[in-house]
Amino acid sequence: MADIRFTLNGRAVAYAGSAGDRLLDVLRRDYRCTSVKCGCKEGECGACSVLIDGVLMNSCCVAMGAVEGSSVVTMEGFRETERFAALSKAFGDLSAVQCGFCIPGMVLAAEALLSKNAHPTEDEIREGLSGNLCRCTGYNAIVNAVNNAAKEGNGLW
Amino acid sequence: MDKISQSVVKKDHATKISGRSVYVADYPSEGVLCGKLLHAKVARARVVRVEVPELPEGYFYVDAKDVPGDNNVNIVLDDTPVYCRDTVEYIGEPIAMLCGPDEAEVERLRDACRVVYEELEPVLDLRAATETFFDYHYGHGDVDGAFAEADAIYDEEFETGYQEQAYLETQGMMAEPEESGRMFVHGSSQCAYYIHGAVARALGCGPSGVHILQDVTGGGFGGKEAFPSILGCQVAVAARKCGRPVRCVFDRREDMEYTSKRHPSLCRYKVAVKDGRVTAMDIDVVFNAGAYSTLSAVVLQRGIIAAPGVYDVPNLRVHGCARKTNTSPCGAYRGFGAPQTFFAVEMMMDHIARDLGVDSLAFKQAHLVKQGDSTSTCGRYHFPVPLPAMIEEVETACSYREKRAAYAKPQTGRYRRGIGMSLYFHGAGFTGSGERDLIKAVAKLRKYRDGTVEVLASNGDIGQGVRTTFPKIVAHELNLPLDKVFYDHPDTARVPDSGPTVASRSLMIVGELLRRAAIHLREVWVDGEEQEVEERYKEPDFMIPFDITKFDGDAYPTYAWAVNAIELEIDTLTGTSKVLGAYGSFDVGTPVDYNIVLGQMEGGFLQGIGYASIEKMDCDDKGRIRNNSFSDYLIPTTKDVPNLRCMLHVEKYPDGPYGAKGAGELPLVGAPAAYLEAVEQALGGSSLHHAPFTAEDTLAVIAKEGV
Repeated sequence: MADIRFTLNGRAVAYAGSAGDRLLDVLRRDYRCTSVKCGCKEGECGACSVLIDGVLMNSCCVAMGAVEGSSVVTMEGFRETERFAALSKAFGDLSAVQCGFCIPGMVLAAEALLSKNAHPTEDEIREGLSGNLCRCTGYNAIVNAVNNAAKEGNGLW
Repeated sequence: MDKISQSVVKKDHATKISGRSVYVADYPSEGVLCGKLLHAKVARARVVRVEVPELPEGYFYVDAKDVPGDNNVNIVLDDTPVYCRDTVEYIGEPIAMLCGPDEAEVERLRDACRVVYEELEPVLDLRAATETFFDYHYGHGDVDGAFAEADAIYDEEFETGYQEQAYLETQGMMAEPEESGRMFVHGSSQCAYYIHGAVARALGCGPSGVHILQDVTGGGFGGKEAFPSILGCQVAVAARKCGRPVRCVFDRREDMEYTSKRHPSLCRYKVAVKDGRVTAMDIDVVFNAGAYSTLSAVVLQRGIIAAPGVYDVPNLRVHGCARKTNTSPCGAYRGFGAPQTFFAVEMMMDHIARDLGVDSLAFKQAHLVKQGDSTSTCGRYHFPVPLPAMIEEVETACSYREKRAAYAKPQTGRYRRGIGMSLYFHGAGFTGSGERDLIKAVAKLRKYRDGTVEVLASNGDIGQGVRTTFPKIVAHELNLPLDKVFYDHPDTARVPDSGPTVASRSLMIVGELLRRAAIHLREVWVDGEEQEVEERYKEPDFMIPFDITKFDGDAYPTYAWAVNAIELEIDTLTGTSKVLGAYGSFDVGTPVDYNIVLGQMEGGFLQGIGYASIEKMDCDDKGRIRNNSFSDYLIPTTKDVPNLRCMLHVEKYPDGPYGAKGAGELPLVGAPAAYLEAVEQALGGSSLHHAPFTAEDTLAVIAKEGV
């Protein structure tokens, strides 16, 4: 069986394991991308969200075979970008991060949303983040932070 | 706004948002054995034997026989076993742990274990349960006389269900034997010293034989108050046997089914009314403790102390008991017994008002306690009760009275609206004399030669922000930039016992110790020297000593107060309800960081709305919890309550830092009553008696009563 080749955070990699392995497990174990959190392993909480070719996906529900030829971005890659800096500043200004467990996935959900819609309404932000559960914040600070990032990061998306 | 309230970027913001924070599951796996628990599959049985498959080299089976010390986890009582004794008492009770290097192989071996049970009849129904763990009575006045003279007597029962904390990070602990022989236990937790005591006891070593570190913790809400003591003992025993580090991280279903949650309750209220006023309450509170007592004693105490709500009840009789059933042990969850009784008393007052033909809010207001009044336990409300002003703040935000009157009129059409309001408090800090007699908190500051100052305390940041607010207090007093003061996750090898991270106490109690320590350090400060100062808890002089045997005295030094209003719209065809607005005014004293406190209020309020509406969890006829995933146990998403508006009302508390009071638990407590009162209105005046109240419940009412 040939290796599964894909791009991880901009770097070409080859995975020698099974095509049926779970992307979440492989990212955490083999590539030490521990920003990708396991909250449920059933595709329900969004803590393991990653971007696959720019599309937000729950990595617990993706088999390795499906990422062949794709570009996978986790927080380990995204945190090096200007867009991340804008989102981080906005989240920080509103103390939108509490326990932090949902946050890498939440920020990637924000990135996926803003990439498609640089100036979302509040309803659109809530829709865009609706697959990512947060138990701490009540969501207001997160939604407002994404809104502020979209405004202050004008031109980045 | 006070300077101390001005928001800063949280100290752990950058590491958390960038994904660099290391939670217990994030430590590398090299050299670490994976532990998986073998859980009981029946609710009550004698365990005849366990047939363990042949274990490959490097794999281990760990059970009660491997516990070197006491096979009892030290919580309040010590009835919870580390690994089961000769019986299992609930589905999920840990029988053994399988450990080994490969997770899939460990799971295979665990699943291949055959447990031979001799089944016994389980007790699953709280109403049928007879074994009582805790039974308390208190009261004052002439209750029987008041009932004899009453114009009317109301007698209703209220029921609440489980609530799962649903922290996003599941339970997880790891134990590492150190070369010195000491056992290092760390993981997702709230109370490092609770785990310390429990593990030392299970390992049969002295306190210096273990140390506990709180790792970065992905939410707690009470769920990581006592449970990590149990799991900590289990991994420590396993690591001792295996001679290797062992880590056990629960999967979501395991966590939802088998870990502690909020106690289901039955609250019966008998209320005497004369001349339009409540003259007496006779209250019977029953909590479902589950199979072991864990924290039920203290949860029940807080619940029954809050039973008459924020009302002046001249004659009061309260009975509370926590009963054993063969179900998962219940434990701490934000609010700690008070959400159950506040739900009941608020609904009761609303129902009485409606029967008397008077406005519910006006009726409640006519009975409000005020400064100087006696508390339910004959203590005193020593400080102003700001509820009247807070009611008007909520009124201003949502035009409550106008809507309440409008929605009371007959409604037609598919969508019907209602609005409800709840008034409540949360007693700040430990109940009774716990701070003085049990916790005896100690906090320290260590100044290094370079002028940086470290906070030494045992309170864990679980998202509520103590890694930021503690240094803020110290930096404020020392007039240092915030980056010169730091607070790491506590390790019991380095920090004193400033008590657990519970009871909305960390900022109010330990924050005040740190403020005083900082003042002390400022006075003795010498540049270029390493210095250390220490502060110990002292009960405020004004307190009327609390006697737990009589429930007499000041149960709390002060109270956080809240007013909630919830406005909703019900779809009479589907039963679903849409929250149009949730409005809360919260008095937690001075916010030691506005954004952090607002985030606590918003997050807690939304959890409370979940508890009221969609968070339904129950056992089947075998004692098994079936709502064990996020598709069967729904928690609110971004879309459920977009219009969630929290306001802070500040009534300063002189013995808290800068006037701060307990904050974390308050916002959850009152949501169910406000929600249910709104549902009652939307359904044209039904009398409802249980929470959560789901779409199915709404349809059942419509089917029975019409709309």
